[in-house]
Amino acid sequence: MASTDSAATDFSDDLPAAIAAEERHAPAGTGPWRIALRRLRRNKVALAFGVLFLLLVAVSLAAPIWANEVAHTTPYQNRIADTITIDGEERNIVAFDGVPIGPTWHGEYFLGADRNGRDVMVRLLYGGRNSLLIGIGASIITMVFATLLGLLSGFFGGWLDWIISRCFDVMWAFPVILLGVALGVSLNISGITIGPLSLKSGSLWIPTVIIGIAYVVYLARPIRGQVLALREKEFVEAARAQGMGPWRIMLTELLPNLASTLLVFFPLIVANAILLEAALSFLGAGVQPPEPSWGLMISEGIEFLTSAPHLTIAPGIMLVLTVLALNIFGEGVRDALDPRAKIRLEH
Amino acid sequence: MARFIVRRLVGMVLVLFAVSVLTFLIFNVIPNGDPAVRMAGKNSTPAQIEQIRKEWHFDQSLPQQYAFMMKQIFTGKLVSYADQTNVWEQIRMGLPRTFALGIGAAILWMTLGILLGLYSAVRAGRFSDRVLTVLALIGISMPVFWVGALMNYYLGYKLEWFPNGGYVEIAQGGLGEWLYHLILPWTALAILFIGVYSRILRSNILDTINDDYVRTARAKGISERRVMTRHVLRNSLIPIVTLWGLDFGLVIAGGAVLTESVFDLQGVGQYFAEAIGRLDVPPVMAVTLLGAVFIVVLNTVVDIVYAVLDPRIRLG
Repeated sequence: MASTDSAATDFSDDLPAAIAAEERHAPAGTGPWRIALRRLRRNKVALAFGVLFLLLVAVSLAAPIWANEVAHTTPYQNRIADTITIDGEERNIVAFDGVPIGPTWHGEYFLGADRNGRDVMVRLLYGGRNSLLIGIGASIITMVFATLLGLLSGFFGGWLDWIISRCFDVMWAFPVILLGVALGVSLNISGITIGPLSLKSGSLWIPTVIIGIAYVVYLARPIRGQVLALREKEFVEAARAQGMGPWRIMLTELLPNLASTLLVFFPLIVANAILLEAALSFLGAGVQPPEPSWGLMISEGIEFLTSAPHLTIAPGIMLVLTVLALNIFGEGVRDALDPRAKIRLEH
Repeated sequence: MARFIVRRLVGMVLVLFAVSVLTFLIFNVIPNGDPAVRMAGKNSTPAQIEQIRKEWHFDQSLPQQYAFMMKQIFTGKLVSYADQTNVWEQIRMGLPRTFALGIGAAILWMTLGILLGLYSAVRAGRFSDRVLTVLALIGISMPVFWVGALMNYYLGYKLEWFPNGGYVEIAQGGLGEWLYHLILPWTALAILFIGVYSRILRSNILDTINDDYVRTARAKGISERRVMTRHVLRNSLIPIVTLWGLDFGLVIAGGAVLTESVFDLQGVGQYFAEAIGRLDVPPVMAVTLLGAVFIVVLNTVVDIVYAVLDPRIRLG
């Protein structure tokens, strides 16, 4: 759960007043998006952390390059009985008592090995790729479904709204982590096939879909509320009077008005989705071995915390850096677009 | 008002029914194959499988199986697939531990959240406020199981300031040992919420500090300290207190799974985590339902209390 409020990175005391002053100074005709962009550009801290996030994404995407060119291994290759030569000294990758080698700070085993003799650095990069893919993929699923459901139930009202709202009530009552773990374990037994869609057991899509679904209600409810208010506005009435159909009104009149809410939520949902992925993987219900992910690596490392703390510390630091970057950048986006947005998620 | 309350209570029961059906479906419809075969293991004879199927009613239709499981839940006869222990007895053993963890952590995060939020708001924009903001955001961004494991390792194992996990009952080790074993879990669980609460309180205070009634209070010549505590803080705390109720429910209803597992507290959450590892459906059903009961009851109570306190809320 992460609930965020107020200016995090823009440290002004009285944000609404500051914004009002700024809007007065903007030349007439400056659109709200341009004002928001200008405000975000001025928030150097948020921008810096946005860049940090992009860097972490780039580094994770470059995982195969590091694996092939520098470490000469794959994230799955076990070398439990091998030795490597560091500075002319031959050492076991995994000692006879099962303790893996620590960081060598060389190309091979830069961050040391895990208990199977796999290269931690390589797994860290590939794991980052998985964690980020799942986090971003899940957030896109959340956005699409929450927008669709929020629009449908808010705009049409009536029985459709009643049914969707009752489904939200049920989802709301489910403890997120228990639902995620139950679904994760159950789906990983034999996968699932619904019509043309098929999820294989062990697939990365399973945690992606689960996390995506788990957060829908947190975004759909505020969107529904917004649609309820927008529906009564004059411009919607005008659109109706022009003979626009409901779908066209939703797409061309309402959706653009929801865009700022969606943008404000997106980085914060990604941050929480990454944390939830880590928690699910930690409990064995997320990413399945031998596929790496940061949460799974922490979970595998904790067993060896006393003899090989690097196995726990390295993926944890990457995870915290990524989530922190998203949180700070997300607060910056919120301050720029909609400083009063109340956001509440659970992880 | 009475009608509103009755309607909320009926809705509550319906939601819980839906949660129980969904949880049942998750484990009985999604996985392909025969649950009896899964339970019997790889080296089992057809006769053994047949016996398990009879014993656990897997040969009946799904609605019958659901009815059977719900009957067992409500009569307290639910037993685990894995080791035949009574699920309610296990939960009853775990609940005091989960509550000890949850209540202690909730008090800790509320106290520190208010103190830090207030301090941050009074010092808004200064260096100390910025430091607290950064710390709060770091706290929000850390996975609890990672923090917990590192605390256990550095403060417990390396420095030996604290015990290495585990739970000691007051009856066995006395109050001191109980506290001593819970300090790290409380802290680990509370960090996230301290970050969240201090941020929310800070912004609430900054929102109200310029309100007319605060200016009136100042104009009357009330001391700044009294204005802060009696007028500003009091109003800024309302949303925090609501949140506190809901978050406490979430922690008891599963939010503590990770903390309990890392510190080996053997509470309800850890029971859930261990059951899910063995695909032991009955404990998972029971804990999920219990968690949903907690969330739904607390939500309903908060709604009703709000409606009673605030006449502006429409009883829709």
